Amino acid sequence: MYFCTDFKDTVICSKMQRKTLVRILSVLLLATSISGFANENSKEETQGGNTQAERKEHVREYVIHHLSDTHDFGLYSYKDENGEAHHVGFPLPVILWDNGLKIFSSSKFHHGETVAEVDGNYYKIDHSKIYKTDAAGTINYDEHQHATNVKPLDISITKGVFMMLLTTILMILLFRSLAKSYAKNGNIAKGIGRFFEPIVLYIRDDIAIANIGEKKYKKYMPFLLTVFFFIWFLNMFGLTPLGVNVTGNIAITTCLAIIVFLITTFTGTKDYWKHIFDPLGDGMPWAGKIFIYIILVPIEILGIFIKPFALLIRLYANMTAGHVVLGSLIGLIYIFQTWLGGTLSFGLAFAISLIEILVALLQAYIFTMLAALYFGFASETHEHAEEHEGEIQHL
Amino acid sequence: MEKLINEFSIGLFFWQAVIFILLLILLRKFAWKPILNAVNDREEGIKNALDSAEKAKLEMQNLQADNEKLLQEARAEREVMMKEAREIKAKMISDAKEEAKTEADKMVAQAQAAIESEKKSAIAELKQQVASLSLEIAEKVVKHELSDKDKQLKLVDEMLGDAKLN
Repeated sequence: MYFCTDFKDTVICSKMQRKTLVRILSVLLLATSISGFANENSKEETQGGNTQAERKEHVREYVIHHLSDTHDFGLYSYKDENGEAHHVGFPLPVILWDNGLKIFSSSKFHHGETVAEVDGNYYKIDHSKIYKTDAAGTINYDEHQHATNVKPLDISITKGVFMMLLTTILMILLFRSLAKSYAKNGNIAKGIGRFFEPIVLYIRDDIAIANIGEKKYKKYMPFLLTVFFFIWFLNMFGLTPLGVNVTGNIAITTCLAIIVFLITTFTGTKDYWKHIFDPLGDGMPWAGKIFIYIILVPIEILGIFIKPFALLIRLYANMTAGHVVLGSLIGLIYIFQTWLGGTLSFGLAFAISLIEILVALLQAYIFTMLAALYFGFASETHEHAEEHEGEIQHL
Repeated sequence: MEKLINEFSIGLFFWQAVIFILLLILLRKFAWKPILNAVNDREEGIKNALDSAEKAKLEMQNLQADNEKLLQEARAEREVMMKEAREIKAKMISDAKEEAKTEADKMVAQAQAAIESEKKSAIAELKQQVASLSLEIAEKVVKHELSDKDKQLKLVDEMLGDAKLN
């Protein structure tokens, strides 16, 4: 960014860079908070239902819409004097596989209001899902209110994917700079890295080494660190007024859990598999073991799948619940439309926001911690078996 | 559950898998390895520094003990050397005295011998001179007396008288 000739210049440059960074961040923060503010405002003024029941329905829809992934990045929307809806945001690319790859901008959907025509095929968005329709955009529903139209394979860059990409870039820049600052300053972190270094060390010492053991923790470290910061950053992004609910999406948590499952399964030692298929070992004659194993072994095998399943549900449920509570509390302002109700709701929403910041960190920690624990089971050799038994009970 | 399955988006799952694995690989190569290595190196460095400091302290203590011991030894050696030197000095002095005395005695003896011999030779010379003198006198007297008998006698008497006086 800056051309630095000597040491003194380097110092000045790094200061300037930091200042610039701070400025950019504060502008971003300000912009997002204004847009978030506008978001709430516009919703209250424009979509104002007349009865409380109507307003409740609006809030419910709004919260559900917020929880789901969308094909464009909407910041806020409003209606002008003529009652025309305006959406502020930017479109994202839609990628469909429908007898060939089809890539087009999500602006063609006009926020789900119109049918998009691509190569003679017509597509329409219904509840954040793309369906193939006729030119008029009719969507047929069965008796359970499910659309019966053909769903093309949708691998669009949605809002969630966009946020993941943003997080990815942020993480690479952040941790690359931390890695570089070590090389530059003789193994001492500088700048923002000073904040993240203790967290990295905590994950190494109190999550990885504590659960996996001194000998084998190293090969799991990249995954644990990546998953922790990935979840944490996405959770935190979810709390910004951008309010993207990425970690509260079942597809995301499933993917993470499957990766945990695969790592656990493929790094499993002989002792790990023996523990599953022969949990009692030599402690009992085989005739006695058979009867117990008819029950015990299926439970152990189920356990292999239940562990990552619990991971995916825990993260999903916690993050979704947080967003629902927060969204509903903000919605209360709109439902009550009174001075007292609004103030109370605001206070509550603020308190919950603070708790959510803690939850964002806590869920990232729990996911990483439990993943490390499962890796610990998988990589255990027999000496450590007893210690881990104790930890299960503790959890 | 049905709602959950309905909510599951294959596209999102696909991108998550791709992005996450890519992120994992990139971060592992460019961030986590250098970071963990740097931290490990630093910790090793600190441990080594502490160890070496402890070692240096022990070494210092050993060195000090050694120094003390060396000093003690040096003192003892000095003591011994001083004692020896004193003894040597005393011996040298007594030896020198002894030698000087014998030398002096010898010199005295030699001197005495020389004096004795000188004395003897002097006496011998004196005797010889006296004899020659006597002969000369006798010669003169004889010469003189030969010219005058009285005088000769007289002279002999005088001479004899003188000689006795001598």
